[in-house]
Amino acid sequence: MPMVVALLIVALTTVGCAPGPQTVTITLRYSAFDVTELRVPRGVPLTLVLVNDDPIDHEWLIGDEEFHEAHRTGTHAAHGEVPTEVTVPALETVETTITFEEAGTFAYVCHLPGHEAYGMVGILTVSD
Amino acid sequence: MRRPWLSLAVATTALLITAAPTLACGGLIGPNGAVNLLRTTTFAGYTDGVEHYVTSFEFAGGGGAFGSITPLPGIPTDVERGGDWTLQRLIRETDPAPEAAFLSAGDAGGTAREAEVLLETTIDALDITILRGGGDEVGLWAKNHGFRLPPDAPEVLDFYADRSPIFMAAAFDADAAAARGQAVGDGTPVHLTIPTDNPWVPLRILGLGKAAGETVEADVYLLTDVEPALLPRAGAFIESNGLILDHSAAATDLLLDDLRSDAGMEWIPDEAWLTKVVVDTRAGDLDFDLAIDASGAGAPSPIDAGFAPFGPDPAPGAPVALYLLLAATTLIAVPLVLDRSTRGRTGRPPLAGA
Repeated sequence: MPMVVALLIVALTTVGCAPGPQTVTITLRYSAFDVTELRVPRGVPLTLVLVNDDPIDHEWLIGDEEFHEAHRTGTHAAHGEVPTEVTVPALETVETTITFEEAGTFAYVCHLPGHEAYGMVGILTVSD
Repeated sequence: MRRPWLSLAVATTALLITAAPTLACGGLIGPNGAVNLLRTTTFAGYTDGVEHYVTSFEFAGGGGAFGSITPLPGIPTDVERGGDWTLQRLIRETDPAPEAAFLSAGDAGGTAREAEVLLETTIDALDITILRGGGDEVGLWAKNHGFRLPPDAPEVLDFYADRSPIFMAAAFDADAAAARGQAVGDGTPVHLTIPTDNPWVPLRILGLGKAAGETVEADVYLLTDVEPALLPRAGAFIESNGLILDHSAAATDLLLDDLRSDAGMEWIPDEAWLTKVVVDTRAGDLDFDLAIDASGAGAPSPIDAGFAPFGPDPAPGAPVALYLLLAATTLIAVPLVLDRSTRGRTGRPPLAGA
C-alpha cells in the first residue's frame, strides 16, 4: 500500500508539473554575456534579468538571421518597446519577459557597433 | 609578419607630410565609436621624481569631435601648452635620413558614480580633463560626456585603473579647430607635469577598439641618465614580443641642447642615454605596458608592465639589470590596419547601431 501511494504522488507530480515561468539572469561584463546558451520550452514565459556591469551601454536582441541582419544596419538608438529588443544602459539592470510560441534556435546579440564582432552573441533554443 | 623598418618609414613619412606630430597617446574614439587612424605622439620625461608628458593633437581636417583617453601614472600638478617640435627633433636624431625614407615610402546610473574631475582646461580646440576613478567610473564619465567607447574599453580601463586611477580625457573638436583657423597638420601640444615614483609607458591602450588582428605600431623614445632597464625587454634588432630595440646610445649634446630649448623643456639634463623601442605587434597581443625602472635597482615592475596581478604569465624576457636615473619617453603610435575589411574578431565588417 505505501508503494502505491508513492507511485501516485510521482504520477500526479509529473502530470501537473507543466513547466512554469522561468527566470534567468544574464550578466553583461567586459562586453560579454556570461550565459551564452539557453534552453526554454515552447509556450513557457521566460523572464530575463539583464545585468549590465559595464560602464557602456549594451543591447540584448533576439531573433532569426533575417532579424539580426536588419539590426546590423539599423539605426535605432535604443530599444525597449518590444520584449525581444532590449537596451541595457550602462551599469543598470533591465528585465524582459518573452513567451516563445514556436520551437527553434535563435541568436541573441548586442548590435552596438563592434559588439557582435567582439563576441556578444548567445544562442537560445526553444524546444517542443 | 612584423615590419619594423616599414613602420619607421611610415612614421617618418607621416611626420614629414604633416610637418607636425599628431594625436595623443591614448585610445582614440571617433564620433561613431570607431577608432580613428590618425597618429599619436607623446613625450614623457622623468627626472627628480617628476614626469613630463608632452602630447600633441593634430588637426587632421574634416569635422566632428574625437576623443582620447590616456592612462597616467599620477595626478598632474600642471597642464599647459607644450613645445612644438620636441618629437620631430628626436626622430631626426634616431632616423638620420628621413628624406630617404620619405622618398621610398609610398584612432549613469546604476551603483557607480562618475569619476572625480581633478582638473579641466582648454588648449586651443582641445578640452582636457584629468580624472580619478575606477574603470567603471571613468567609463561612465566618458559615456556621459559624449565619448562612445568601444566594446573592449571596460576591460582596458580596469587594466589601468587597478594600477593608477588617473586618466586624461581629451576631446578634440575639429569644427572648433576649423573655426579657429587651424590648418590641417597644425598640432596642439599639451604638457603635463606629473610627480610619480616611476614612469611607465601605456602601450595596451593603443589597441583600444581595434580587432585582435590589426597591427599597432609605435615608436617609444627613452631619454635616461644611463641605459635603462625595461620590461618587457626589447630585443636587439630582433622581434621580442613585438618590441624591437631600435636605438641605444648616449644622447648627443646637440640633441639635448635642442630639446632643452623647446618650450617647457628646460628640465632636460646635461647628460642622458637615448633609447628607441619600436612597437610592432597585433592588437590582440598587446596586453602589456612598458615598465621603466627609475630607481637604479635595475628591476622594472611587473605590475607597471601589466603582467601582475592580472595573471600568472611571466614577462616575455628577463629585465636588463641596468640603472635608470632619468627617463624621458616619446611615443609615436601609428596604428595601422593591415586588413580593413576584417575589423572584427570574427572577420565581420564594422556594425552599425541596431
